Amino acid sequence: MRQKTALAIKRPKDYKLLWMALPFIAVVFLFSYVPIFGWIYAFFDYVPGVSVTKCDFVGWDYFKLILTDANVLRSLKNTVIFAIISICLSPLPMLLAILMNEIRNGPVKKFVQTFTTMPNFISWVIIFSLATALFASDGLITGWLASLGVGKTGDTILASNDAVYWFQTCLGLWKSLGWNSIIYMAAISGIDQEQYEAARVDGAGYFKCALHVTLPAMMETFVVLFILNIGNFLNTGYEQYMLFKNSLTATNIEVLDLYVYRIGLQNMDYSYGVAISVVKSVVSISLVVIANLIAKKIRGKTVI
Amino acid sequence: MEGTTIKKSTSRKVFLVFDYVLMIAIALICIYPFWYVLCYSFSDTALASINSPTFLPRGFTLANYKEILTLDGFFHSLLISVLRTVIGTAASVFCCSFLGYLFTKGKMPGRKLLYRFVIVTMYINGGMIATYIVMKAYGLLNTFWVYILPGMISAYNMVLIKTYIEQLPPSLEESASLDGAGYTTCFFKIILPLSKPIIATVIVFVAVGQWNSWFDNHIYTRANESLTTLQYLLYNYLNEAQRIAEQLKSASSSTDVTQAVAAISPKGVRMTITVLASLPIFVVYPFMQKYFAKGIMVGAVKG
Repeated sequence: MRQKTALAIKRPKDYKLLWMALPFIAVVFLFSYVPIFGWIYAFFDYVPGVSVTKCDFVGWDYFKLILTDANVLRSLKNTVIFAIISICLSPLPMLLAILMNEIRNGPVKKFVQTFTTMPNFISWVIIFSLATALFASDGLITGWLASLGVGKTGDTILASNDAVYWFQTCLGLWKSLGWNSIIYMAAISGIDQEQYEAARVDGAGYFKCALHVTLPAMMETFVVLFILNIGNFLNTGYEQYMLFKNSLTATNIEVLDLYVYRIGLQNMDYSYGVAISVVKSVVSISLVVIANLIAKKIRGKTVI
Repeated sequence: MEGTTIKKSTSRKVFLVFDYVLMIAIALICIYPFWYVLCYSFSDTALASINSPTFLPRGFTLANYKEILTLDGFFHSLLISVLRTVIGTAASVFCCSFLGYLFTKGKMPGRKLLYRFVIVTMYINGGMIATYIVMKAYGLLNTFWVYILPGMISAYNMVLIKTYIEQLPPSLEESASLDGAGYTTCFFKIILPLSKPIIATVIVFVAVGQWNSWFDNHIYTRANESLTTLQYLLYNYLNEAQRIAEQLKSASSSTDVTQAVAAISPKGVRMTITVLASLPIFVVYPFMQKYFAKGIMVGAVKG
């Protein structure tokens, strides 16, 4: 009898669990949600130290300013260039995984995997320091290039505005290429060996096995990551660009995130900085939603 | 190409040679900068500036390390870095795992809603300026807690741990709760020990993140020198060196040049801080490698 009633009452709730979770929810609210409410600052002429209610309401003025600001256009251009390069290079980790997979010598494989994944765990400050040691005007590689007759002594790539796009891309690859290939290595190790045997029986060589068995097995992962990256393409982050920015590279290296930093925290124009962030967030979220819809159309299931 | 087996195996051999060379070259490119900086840190600065320590230190000396020991603020910044790594990691791992555990309980009222409430933060955030204004309003600027509190709950890590706990056999916990153990006891006595692999993974990633971060130091606590972390100390030295190098280029008189050169921190010192700041990563790296696949695989399931 008793059991029957217990089943009839649909899953009893335990309010104790709610009370236990609430402090954590409060932390999420305080540190993740309250800043989103801070978006209203974009509609006021915010003066630090004055409560919002006493600030002048300016409506969409700051958003209109974005449309006429040449710097926004320039940093958007830089952001888009970096994004397009990174999208073009996005199959590289997959290629590295295939090439790494062909190495059957255990210690060599271990050596390569260990050292290619490690830079991912090194901070950008340290990478900046390493880059300075190698590429500054008194750096090692700068010296090599000068002795080979490429470039003048004292010339440094760190101060070259023309080299910004590909040089920063290379640094990013150096840091994360090996790490990004791990997920594909995992996909490869999940392939059923029987598939290879079947392909061999059909007369496929190593190359054809890679093309017809390994590659398709990785495509699912590739597509998921690709779609997630599209949503992220305006979010380049600040660290790398801020470190490598100097008076000579400023015009090409300044991405949107960095411009927001300059406007908001260096020029103390909080409201305008928030306005740009808001637009950026809205665009990013729309991209994620659109990419997700496309994924649903193509694959029949969403990514997120 | 598609001819005899012998021909195939030659092309295979050529490919393999190419593959091995390429892979080893990439690995060396990844590791060489660290080796160079390490050699530089053990070199005599005067000798090294004439002849680069390309493969081995020039005039092996510990002078740079001795100088670091007397460097203003070095030990203090090391202490701050260690403190934020230990406290920040402990706080974040506890919060993410306990919340993840609570979210596995179907009995929680409003569980789905609260879970979504947390998940949303993975996709949307206030942005740098709004977050800065809020931190300022909370009075967290120039306090140690700004290193710890904002990162306490990472939705991503919470999901990782929750997913792991969900696949544990529920019978273990049931028998304990029949004995009258509450949720907290169950969590610490049963769930936590059983979740060691995923907890270790999260600890490693959070700790590396804490050790490496410098940007929060730059925007929130720059004015309070006693909160300078090791990474930020290095940042300051590099920044200063770059600024002076730029000044040098535009210097007009020879006195300007001598002044600038005198103010620049010796390259050897910067190289030595770089070595010391990356050392912990090298030390924990072999332990981390074990957890790579795990962390990524669970992440992929979520993705």
